[in-house]
Amino acid sequence: MDSKTTNRKGDVWVFVEAVQGRIAEVSLELLGKGRELADTLGVPLAAMLIGRGVEGLCRALFSHGADKVYLSEHDMLSRYETHAYTAAAVGLIRRYSPQVVVYGATSMGRDLAPRIASTLRAGLTADCTDLEIGDHEEPVSREVHKDLLLQIRPAFGGNIIATIVNPWGWPQMATVREGVMKMPESNGSREGEIVRFSPELSAQDAIVRVVEEVPAERRVNLKAARVIVAGGAGVGSRDNFKLVFDLANVLGAEVGASRAAVDKGYIDKGHQVGQTGTTVRPALYIALGISGQVQHRAGMSDAARILAVNSDPNAPIFSIAHYGITGDINEVVPMMIRAIRKRV
Amino acid sequence: MPYDIVVLAKQVPDTKRVTGDAMKEDGTVNRAALPAIFNPEDLYALELAIEVKERFGGSVTCLTMGPVSAAEVLREALYRGADRVALITDRRAAASDTLATSYILSCAVTHAAPYDIVCCGRQAIDGDTAQVGPQLAQKLSIPQVTYVSDVEEIAGSLIRVRRHTDYGMQVVEAPLPALLTVTDKAPEPRYPAMKRVMKYKKAMSPAEAEARGLPSPMGDMLIETWDLDTIGADIERCGMAGSPTKVKRIQSIVLTGSGYHEVQPTQEGIEGLVHELIEDHTIG
Repeated sequence: MDSKTTNRKGDVWVFVEAVQGRIAEVSLELLGKGRELADTLGVPLAAMLIGRGVEGLCRALFSHGADKVYLSEHDMLSRYETHAYTAAAVGLIRRYSPQVVVYGATSMGRDLAPRIASTLRAGLTADCTDLEIGDHEEPVSREVHKDLLLQIRPAFGGNIIATIVNPWGWPQMATVREGVMKMPESNGSREGEIVRFSPELSAQDAIVRVVEEVPAERRVNLKAARVIVAGGAGVGSRDNFKLVFDLANVLGAEVGASRAAVDKGYIDKGHQVGQTGTTVRPALYIALGISGQVQHRAGMSDAARILAVNSDPNAPIFSIAHYGITGDINEVVPMMIRAIRKRV
Repeated sequence: MPYDIVVLAKQVPDTKRVTGDAMKEDGTVNRAALPAIFNPEDLYALELAIEVKERFGGSVTCLTMGPVSAAEVLREALYRGADRVALITDRRAAASDTLATSYILSCAVTHAAPYDIVCCGRQAIDGDTAQVGPQLAQKLSIPQVTYVSDVEEIAGSLIRVRRHTDYGMQVVEAPLPALLTVTDKAPEPRYPAMKRVMKYKKAMSPAEAEARGLPSPMGDMLIETWDLDTIGADIERCGMAGSPTKVKRIQSIVLTGSGYHEVQPTQEGIEGLVHELIEDHTIG
């Protein structure tokens, strides 16, 4: 495929991240967004499913909105390996010329998508927080490109929001952050077409070998939490993080943290909220001793209610808070716990 | 067995230090007020490379692409233990996206050959894309291992490293040459050695020397400068012409400061707040 050609009849594709028979949530979220994009363009929505023995996952992909599944199965694809998956994906993309391919901005998506993009010499935008279809006019030639994928992402440490397009270098590709697109409702009666494709792989394609593996501890389920109590550098120590847990316990809340608290070793990275952690939108977000750097705000500013407690009245977190308490968390949190116990 | 390592570093504005001083009155960031620093994860990549050299022998070459002022990160690399540095600077490289950047860097790394290992930080803090490492590996036709925290062993032409992904920790083996992207879980970067600082603080590029009216630096004190012709890059694949992605629009994030309900840090104040949150079904 010549990277200067643009297949305007091409499908919208979502790369399916499937590990040990489970589809990553972000892949289903992307089917929801992909459905919107495909409908706007008037083309089919397809899932790109790579692996071995994964055909059983097609049903879930159809019920979440896919019209088709491009299925590439091979013994060498039984587990994720960058180079083999790149070869399989590149084979599919070259054969079927989609106009858009999106990936979750997970550790897998961020490892795979750039390798594919470089092979195809296609454009790729990282960590998008929104995708739309729209026109683009070249600033000098005034040439208008209709119906491009508008790839919207924070940049510069979250201080700016950039809209990126690729008028050539198709397919238009992007990775999308987890948790920012709404999970589509599942419709079990939806059906679709499976398109099988045998990848051409050689031994050199799976060149990195896993010799040992320690699965991550259960990921803290921040995304599903209705209430999150999060602590920052202002909590002061790992021991003092008990305050954050105590308040979370009386509220039945999950515990979150800023990057500063994670970097200082107060709490594990699984709890991190923000640009490099999890994006959350709970009903209530309580920020304890979090100054509110842009990277953190990027991950929580959509919470319905934000309560900030900080001893510094000028902390940026107050600029997005609905309720603010200027005070020492060591005094304020015990008062909050007492108040909640009295009420509930 | 010694290993030749190429480290890619980037000079970036320190986006993590956006404080009140760096904000303009309209609430947007004043980029010029941010200090230029050695991209944090690239420092971890440099440290990893220096440790490999200390264990197995070999050499560490540090490359950066940027304006003439980016020579600063190369001096810092020399202070910390790099053997050789070079600055890739060329106006025709301006406005390169990650695809064009990785192409230019692949030409530069090839020009710096031979190499056994290429090390870069996972991502730079000004763009946070994490794309250039994998794209560079693809352009060099070598395997990539991303999210690396430690080199466990190198034996012959096989490297064993530890990496951390969303699914946990893995130890993987890859044949050399290979590219590693390194995260801040790797060993802490060392401080610059005073002896090396004294030795290399006068290292500079010909352009820097000229700007200060000094004779062109020689030998160890020379920071080599390569342009796109030096590294044999195809101009069509560089800069704007080689970049499929274009920035259509930039919006600055504005701190609204729309005001919040201030709750007094007293038992009464907090009870009032809790009452309000229960009443509107936010909690309880």
